[in-house]
Amino acid sequence: MEETMFIDPQRCIGCRACVAACRECATHKGYSMIFVDYIDRAQTTATMPTLCMHCNEPTCALVCPADAIKVSEDGVVMSALKPRCLDCRNCVNACPFGVPKYNTQMHLQMKCDMCFDRSSEGLKPMCASVCPTGAISFGKYEQIVPLRRTKPVNVHVFGNQRVETKVYLMLPTDADEVKVDGCGVFEGMLTQGDNEVPVESWIDTQVEESDKNNEF
Amino acid sequence: MSRVENLDQIVEAFGPHLHDSPHDGWRADRVIDKVVPTHCPYCAVQCGMNLLVENDHVVGVEPRYDFPVNEGRLCPKGVTAYLQVHHPDRLLYPLIKRNGKFERASWDEALDLVVAKFKELQASHGKDSIGVYSGSSLTTEKTYLMGKFARAGLGTRYVDYNGRLCMVSAAAGNNKAFGIDRAANPWSDIPLAEVLLIAGANCAETFPVLNKFLWQQRDNGGSWIIVDPRETATARQGDLHLQLKPGTDVALANGMLHVLIEENLIDQKFIDERTNDWSATRDLAHRYSPDVASQICGVPAEKIVAAARLYGRAQTAMVMHARGIEHHTNGVNNVLSYINLVLATGKIGAPGRGYGTITGQGNGQGGREHGQKADQLPGQRSISNPEHRKHVCQVWNLPEDELPEAGVSVVEMFQKMREREIRGLLSICNNVMVSLPDTNKVRESLEGLDFYVCIDFFMSEGSRYADVVLPGSAWSEDEGVTTNSEGRVVKINKANNPPGEARSDWWIVQEIARRMGRGKYFAFNSPRDIFDELRIASRGGNADYYGISWEKIEQNNGIFWPCPTEDHPGTPRLFEERFYHPDGKAKFHAIEFNPPKEVPDEEFPLILTSGRVVYQYLSGNQTRRIGFLVQQCPEPYVEIHPETAMKLKINDGERVRVVSRRGEGEFPALVVRTIRPDTIFIPYHWGEELAVNQLTNPMLDPISKIPEFKACSARIEKIHSRALPIMGQQRKGASLSEVQRG
Repeated sequence: MEETMFIDPQRCIGCRACVAACRECATHKGYSMIFVDYIDRAQTTATMPTLCMHCNEPTCALVCPADAIKVSEDGVVMSALKPRCLDCRNCVNACPFGVPKYNTQMHLQMKCDMCFDRSSEGLKPMCASVCPTGAISFGKYEQIVPLRRTKPVNVHVFGNQRVETKVYLMLPTDADEVKVDGCGVFEGMLTQGDNEVPVESWIDTQVEESDKNNEF
Repeated sequence: MSRVENLDQIVEAFGPHLHDSPHDGWRADRVIDKVVPTHCPYCAVQCGMNLLVENDHVVGVEPRYDFPVNEGRLCPKGVTAYLQVHHPDRLLYPLIKRNGKFERASWDEALDLVVAKFKELQASHGKDSIGVYSGSSLTTEKTYLMGKFARAGLGTRYVDYNGRLCMVSAAAGNNKAFGIDRAANPWSDIPLAEVLLIAGANCAETFPVLNKFLWQQRDNGGSWIIVDPRETATARQGDLHLQLKPGTDVALANGMLHVLIEENLIDQKFIDERTNDWSATRDLAHRYSPDVASQICGVPAEKIVAAARLYGRAQTAMVMHARGIEHHTNGVNNVLSYINLVLATGKIGAPGRGYGTITGQGNGQGGREHGQKADQLPGQRSISNPEHRKHVCQVWNLPEDELPEAGVSVVEMFQKMREREIRGLLSICNNVMVSLPDTNKVRESLEGLDFYVCIDFFMSEGSRYADVVLPGSAWSEDEGVTTNSEGRVVKINKANNPPGEARSDWWIVQEIARRMGRGKYFAFNSPRDIFDELRIASRGGNADYYGISWEKIEQNNGIFWPCPTEDHPGTPRLFEERFYHPDGKAKFHAIEFNPPKEVPDEEFPLILTSGRVVYQYLSGNQTRRIGFLVQQCPEPYVEIHPETAMKLKINDGERVRVVSRRGEGEFPALVVRTIRPDTIFIPYHWGEELAVNQLTNPMLDPISKIPEFKACSARIEKIHSRALPIMGQQRKGASLSEVQRG
């Protein structure tokens, strides 16, 4: 099997070395294509990195009216081609993982291309190179399985949409897919007990506001 | 008098300003003319990194996959470290303060002024009227030079270094128990341990790349016991979190020792053959049942038992600790009480069985070995030992009666400044207005000085008080060795020349000595010359570098000291056969629990503890100028448990006033369940009105003289401020690219 990314949220220490390293790519102009979020800082220090999952049938490419988003032979979903990108933001709004961002200054969609320039020269992507804990790893499926006590999973179910991805999440060994039920996400929030209103900590919003705007 | 009179102008001219790209912007058309393999300037993991150089400018970083410690990994500070090199805030020429304003001066003018002032002060008030305060982020060559400069150049006894605020408690504890001050095992032993007991070390934020080894150990089926008053990312990921009350480690460790003895999980053969003074420790531990320990430290008794069983039953295990247990008036005792666990179970001196402090600063280990510490000479020798004095004087060719006696620790030096015994100060590689406890007293000390000269490459909050500021070099502009936390000596390589008229630190210091008329002791032409003398000066000492050469370091990806001969391979693991006390045995120390100097009362009901965040390094003089890092953590905050916040009617994000007996400060509240209800936490990387050290207690450990940063009493007052935490405010409604442009 070819090399791909493995994301293991339990190992994430929230240091954002990946975010800093992503900016080092010459074509990013200092913008990072990877995002690290607190899950709920009021309750826990847990954090999680989000990078492009490189879907086998990428929603972003399917909704692009200009056919600006191409997929490489290895299944890497590329950033929008600048001459074609129409500024429509369809991809930004359609991606089930919330990955592509719109750069208001450059009038361009930007997203992770798995460091195409590095991997084509046999180098690991920047985020996976620097990640201190292995929360983001780059390698072959059969190499990583014996090293870890978690299981690589690449099937995500969003309501009626089933998405298979080139990138794997490392999950408990009894998991086969990640289910995100359309209304279930909010249901959990509404029925939270202890008479507590779930309030997002200011530090969550401090570093994540741009992610939520889907804009750089 | 050393005062800050025109703060606005100083900040306008010298920052901190945010800068967030290579010197000529983010460009895709670079022609890299050299790739320089070196190490990170920050923490003591000393990750390898490659600097990309174009036209004598460092323009980027590339992972250094072939260095075995980090194998390419870096933390966010490491990735962005190169951005400091050509930062617009860099000091480019010497500065002399005239009428309260810093004015540009020539090197001759500035150096002659320094020398004239030093001579004048020493002539009228004696040699000891000048103090030297150095640091451990310097290369070992420079730290050696600073010790020699103080003693042989200025002839003053008053020299100390900022490791005094860092790991001296560990150093003193290690010396008492083992007779040597170095972590006992290489980190490659960590994955071999079944259990890790990590006390007072937030590895996730303070040594991010060390987590590589921790997770390898986890992947091998190992487990972690984490001792920390806060549920840090490391504590969250661990198997057993002992969330103790700050400053109660002795009770916890004694409680664990009690269980180990009761359940016969000790190694009597090891105790009999390789240690001394067991019986007193055993008898003392007998009184610390898990219930007694639990009463003191606030950790449930069953968790203490579980931790002791987990550690005691494991075949292989390692104990590691950091500042959390060391920054106390009982710092040395805390260290010794954990070492008792190691010795009682005999889990040391073998693969996967070991112990070590995780040193903080980049060269925290090397910086405390070669004579810039108040009581120390090169090679971890003692300045009070006649044999040691003789050896070093021979190497230096200095008459023995000219070598001063031991000085005092830095906090005591600042006391002597207030008492006017020390009237002039030279400092390098530190930022006293951020890092020393009780900021208001520190300011008083600086303002009372007759003359203060700083060598710095950025204007720190401390250098603002200086009369003369001399522009030194950033880490990529000089070469030399550092010693990481495992005892591995690595080589820092030069990537670019200092900008403007900035010069290498060693040149500056040597030039002052030369102009003081002490040039014959300072005839070094390069850092290599200094290293060669250091090797000889350290020969035969505990920290023996004699057999190390720069070439040998590069060929072997580092050499572990002691390395006494040229054909010696170095010593990655200590204590395999003997300890370093004359009889070859280790020592137990029976340690009774004593509370921190300040305990909560009605007026100050909370325990204030301080620490670090992953985005800032120590006093922040380097990292608080880098846009990316500041964006992640722009200002200090105070962590409060929701129960405490509710009692005080404090909302998340609200600015509150935190008050102690020494001072007060305003911080936004971060209301989180991850801290004890009786404890609050503030990160310490900021100066002046943002400094947690306005509040901290300057009381010292009687042995190591480390201040009690990690526990003092405080209260929180509501101030009804409507101001938002900085970034929330700045970013409201704006996209990131708009904020960056604006």
